[in-house]
Amino acid sequence: MILVDLALFAFLIVTAVAIARLRNLFAVAMLAGLFSLLSAGLFVTLDAVDVAFTEAAVGGGVSTIFMLGALALMPREEKPTAHSAILPLLLCLVTGAALVYGTFGMPAFGSPDAPIHKHVAPDYIARAQDETGVPNIVTAVLASYRGYDTLGETTVIFVAAISVLMLLGFSGAADKKKEDE
Amino acid sequence: MHHHLVLRTIARALLPAIFLYALYVQWHGDYGPGGGFQAGVIFAVGFILYALIYGVDALNRVVPPRLFVGLLAIGLFIYAGTGFATLLLGGNFLDYSALAQDPVHGQEWGILIVELGVGITVASAMTLIFLAFAGRTASVADKDW
Repeated sequence: MILVDLALFAFLIVTAVAIARLRNLFAVAMLAGLFSLLSAGLFVTLDAVDVAFTEAAVGGGVSTIFMLGALALMPREEKPTAHSAILPLLLCLVTGAALVYGTFGMPAFGSPDAPIHKHVAPDYIARAQDETGVPNIVTAVLASYRGYDTLGETTVIFVAAISVLMLLGFSGAADKKKEDE
Repeated sequence: MHHHLVLRTIARALLPAIFLYALYVQWHGDYGPGGGFQAGVIFAVGFILYALIYGVDALNRVVPPRLFVGLLAIGLFIYAGTGFATLLLGGNFLDYSALAQDPVHGQEWGILIVELGVGITVASAMTLIFLAFAGRTASVADKDW
């Protein structure tokens, strides 16, 4: 298991460095999809299959297509930047080191004493099957116990889609006809 | 894409499987990983694959873009409407127990219905965003990628 984790993290780092170094945006878009797929693999090793599923479908799938769709409207090569990369690199290293230092204070992964497992989670696990009759507790929490949140999320997707359509000037079939004229 | 015989043949074989899998993920979310969000994305991927292989015009003939715009709103309406239905039936907003005599049955029904609403909105949103990009893009020759 540790070998799988190490392999996935090694590939993640290689992909991230390649994304930062490459100037060809087509290659960057494909590698970003690969990055999401590797993250989905990591979520599976953490037993978060619902999250992994979403990451693989959205991050590895449609968002790659959206990036390619945007890329078709843009130049293929990233312009070289004039300023030096030392300061951003230093900032990333310091932030990364602070985050890694923060993980030392976290409870061990899967520890039953972790605060996250002492809050509402035991309550959901005890009640979900009897109250909702839905065996997948993740679905029961998302759709029923946290139904307000999911309604809000669906509204966000709705508003986001409407905004993109307005920004890109989408008006259904009318666009195509204008081009044909 | 007319000269890509391999892509067209494979897409024809894959499309029914993709839509069937999307339906499975939609209705099986109660028992396994998945649910409305993932199913909606997979549905959209099916439509997008169709548009990529056979052209956006072909997809527009199968499903008019206006239908996707309508479904985008209908999905959210189904979700919020379930909330108001439970209010009218004497429960709290989105308290599905009010939907049936037996509260557990009500919960099962409510979860299925709102997941369907999520799936419809997500599938329409993803397909429409793709269509909005594709509508602005002049066709890119293979060698230019």
